[in-house]
Amino acid sequence: MLGSLTIHQPATVAEAAKLRAELGDDGAIYAGGSELLLVMKEGIGRWRHLIDVKGIAALRELRDAGDRLDIGATVTHRDLERSPLLRARFPVLADMQAQVANVRVRNVGTLGGNLCFAEPHSDPSTALLVHDARVVLSGPTGARTLPLAEFVVGSYETALRADEVLVRIEVPAPPARAVGAYLKFGFHERPTVGVAALIVPAGDRIAEARVSVGCIGPTPARLAALEARLAGTSVTALAAGIDARDGGFADLDVVSDLHGSAEYKREVAAVLASRALAAAARRVRSAA
Amino acid sequence: MTDVSGPERVRVPFTVNGRAVDVEIDTGDFLLDVLRERLGLTGTKRSCDTQVCGACTVLLDGQPVSSCTVLAWEARGRTVETIEGLARDGRLHPVQEAFLEASAFQCGYCTPGMIMTVKALLDEQADASTDTVRAWLRGNICRCTGYVSILAAVRSAQRRLREARATAP
Repeated sequence: MLGSLTIHQPATVAEAAKLRAELGDDGAIYAGGSELLLVMKEGIGRWRHLIDVKGIAALRELRDAGDRLDIGATVTHRDLERSPLLRARFPVLADMQAQVANVRVRNVGTLGGNLCFAEPHSDPSTALLVHDARVVLSGPTGARTLPLAEFVVGSYETALRADEVLVRIEVPAPPARAVGAYLKFGFHERPTVGVAALIVPAGDRIAEARVSVGCIGPTPARLAALEARLAGTSVTALAAGIDARDGGFADLDVVSDLHGSAEYKREVAAVLASRALAAAARRVRSAA
Repeated sequence: MTDVSGPERVRVPFTVNGRAVDVEIDTGDFLLDVLRERLGLTGTKRSCDTQVCGACTVLLDGQPVSSCTVLAWEARGRTVETIEGLARDGRLHPVQEAFLEASAFQCGYCTPGMIMTVKALLDEQADASTDTVRAWLRGNICRCTGYVSILAAVRSAQRRLREARATAP
């Protein structure tokens, strides 16, 4: 039990941003609470004021914006998991959303909350990275848009300013023929390694490949060297499984922790990358 | 701007197992504590307290949540179902009957949460595949059974519910 908290329920993004600025370190934005309330129960963080943003209509929108998907910050993982739009056009995201934690966490937890918490052992940012997702942040001087890679800057650290609110996540639609997969591995509740792969086929050639790896370091990262190596190669060979170990894992900032040593995580990430790419390649063939 | 409260206590009317209740609580109280300590509904268990194990699972507007990590005021005006609300007219719910028949528990501590999760799943997807059942139950930890009897119970529950639907007027 957390005693007496003052709960603020702003009706607009502007009111929420103003409350954040006024309350400073005494206030925290609260949506699903699946991360925040755990931190408060453990006594790691203490806030006397919660700014409940679930009542702000603009944050609840999940919208097909033509060439991109707009996901309001308080859309829950479960809303996304069940979205036909996601399944039809953003299969990597749909794949990932169904694997987040458990159904109870997905029922209350929001995508925006997950990104703002920036827990390294988490799935969404890794999958969003292969989509070149952006975040829209709103503050007293207006809104700004940042690539996700610039928003998540470290473990539990984002570029969100003390008077800003995350409004939505914008996900550019991948090319029409794109296929992909999200795979994760771990012995604990939170993932040890997560890998997202997306490929754009042109016949049996790979026109474009995108691969990201998360959980093993402070922030998820794209594997540019592996992506460059795969461009122009054969879908059939990819489906059979490639050795991805020289795919740039040595250059990543990998952290040893309770989930395993850095060396172990690099190895598991390479295996998962190979499997995720093979799963994506098989989806090309089954779609053909 | 409509605030739930200042720092003082707050009144929370909601429906639990079909019964209207109205409790005065702290804004930082969790639903699990209100159910157990204030309403005497001790079927719902606390175990990990971190949304991992599922022992505290209740249904909020039909959806499974971890009552250990849901602030109780969030239930205001909504419907909560706990294990105590499943039996009807002295008769166990088909999911409960199936768990009994399959002996799908040993110590029983995880069972209320397990049954509430299965109830929510079958309400939503009566014909859920074994893969789907396993994916849902990954979030409910049982350290006794090894899950084989639990999966058998879910299959049996699906059969019972199908039969009940077929014979319904």
